[in-house]
Amino acid sequence: MIYLELFLAFFIPNIIGYGGGPAIIPLIEAEVVGRFGWMSSQEFAEVLGLGNALPSPIATKMAGYIGYEVAGIGGATIAVFATVVPTLLIMLGALGLLYRYRDSPRVKRMSQWVRPVIAMMMAGLVVSFFFESLDGVGLLHTLLIAAMAAIALLLFRLHPALVIAASLAYGGLLLG
Amino acid sequence: MIPLVHQEVVKRHAWMQDEEFADVLAIANTLPGPIATKMPGYIGFRVSGTLGCINAVLAVILPMIIAMILMLGLFSRYRDVSWIHGMGQGVVPVVMVMMGQLTWDFLNKSRLALGWAVSLIMAGMAGGLIYWLDIHPGLVIGALLAAAMLPRLTPGKAVKEATR
Repeated sequence: MIYLELFLAFFIPNIIGYGGGPAIIPLIEAEVVGRFGWMSSQEFAEVLGLGNALPSPIATKMAGYIGYEVAGIGGATIAVFATVVPTLLIMLGALGLLYRYRDSPRVKRMSQWVRPVIAMMMAGLVVSFFFESLDGVGLLHTLLIAAMAAIALLLFRLHPALVIAASLAYGGLLLG
Repeated sequence: MIPLVHQEVVKRHAWMQDEEFADVLAIANTLPGPIATKMPGYIGFRVSGTLGCINAVLAVILPMIIAMILMLGLFSRYRDVSWIHGMGQGVVPVVMVMMGQLTWDFLNKSRLALGWAVSLIMAGMAGGLIYWLDIHPGLVIGALLAAAMLPRLTPGKAVKEATR
């Protein structure tokens, strides 16, 4: 049963999440934190933080780790399978068809129409992380860390891994 | 990551021509989910069949999955230690900012394709359905995808029907 739930929790986001890897993040959160309650918002933020600091696609890193947390190596395998295999099979099986329709207005519409919905859900995650942090460390630390992170990422274009490492250091020294 | 894969596949190993690589990328973009697993999967399959496919995908994803499990596993085990707990809390505002960046990125791309009005109305309707009426996001997006497949509808009309 848990394997079926894990499969669905990663299959659904990956079959509807148009717009590349990041598009599936809020969809996975809706399943993992919202629907199945396998993780708290805080834990999900930690997974996302480390996931952003390490190379390789975010979708499979999240699937592998969350699957493992929920149901061990079998769980990790199922979650990664649900992330990678269905769309890869479609690609290998329907290459000719997809090639013919790659510029079709309908195919373009699919990703165009999904985008605002994903943007909305991403905004929902921003709000939920804000309240999570407000609850945990209060307004001052939340705004201070967020402001420093925004300056480092947007202004100085530092690598996300450096910014995550700095926030870990800040948290370890000042929030412990 | 795509430019690095291109470098290896086209320039170094010459498994594919430039043009074919661009086509594969375009096709991967017509499908949902991460691009960075579909590309290696397809290229691996082309170069040496099913085993090549599995091998290429695992090479891309496995090392960092193991790193995640090891690092976060260790972190979770010592969560009760106060400074480690603090480290976890320090990350949340940063993730919030990164998610804000992604939100803007998606909204901006949406604006370029659909304009501000349509983007914001669609986002608002989706938000109402998902957060207020508690409808599963899969159903909302599924309905939109189905509507996008319908022929000869002006976007505005179809959106209304899909989200009604």
